Amino acid sequence: MSILEIIGGILIVIGSLFLFLGALGIYRMPDIYNRLQAGTKATTLGAMSLILGVGFLMPGWILKILIIIIFIAYSNPISSHALARAMHIRKRFMYFKNDEIDAYKEIDENNKHVK
Amino acid sequence: MILGLILSAIRFIKGPTAGDRTVALDTMTIIGVSGLVLSSYLFNRYIYLDVALVYGVLGFIGVIVIARYLEKAL
Repeated sequence: MSILEIIGGILIVIGSLFLFLGALGIYRMPDIYNRLQAGTKATTLGAMSLILGVGFLMPGWILKILIIIIFIAYSNPISSHALARAMHIRKRFMYFKNDEIDAYKEIDENNKHVK
Repeated sequence: MILGLILSAIRFIKGPTAGDRTVALDTMTIIGVSGLVLSSYLFNRYIYLDVALVYGVLGFIGVIVIARYLEKAL
């Protein structure tokens, strides 16, 4: 057991734990926005940690592993943002009723002359 | 990790709206990519990393297309 293998094993355990917590958040949360929040951030951290752990275990593969990590780091927020905007445009049910906090509506009204 | 896959699959089946199913699909894709990378370590195959990368790209494009379709912009 070298020091790289120990670090890689710890990272893999942390990553799989965070993946499980993200899926648990998807299952338990009451609202689509909360589900998006739980399912995207925890899953991003879990996947990046797990893949980096594999990179520590196999040091020869580090280039392609860095490519996968960078791709996950920019694709996952983009997809969650697009999904949240689509759900907001369709006016989905919100669990916490709070009409004062709606930043997207002001942006809509400011951009009305553009359309 | 497999338990997480099962939980998000349950949400995928019984989700009330289309957005919930899409979120669950996104999570299942990320868990699948992680599982592919982990299996590439376990079976000691370098080529599985390519499979994981292409699967991640396809899942990302699928989620983007579904989101654009849901906001009636496609």
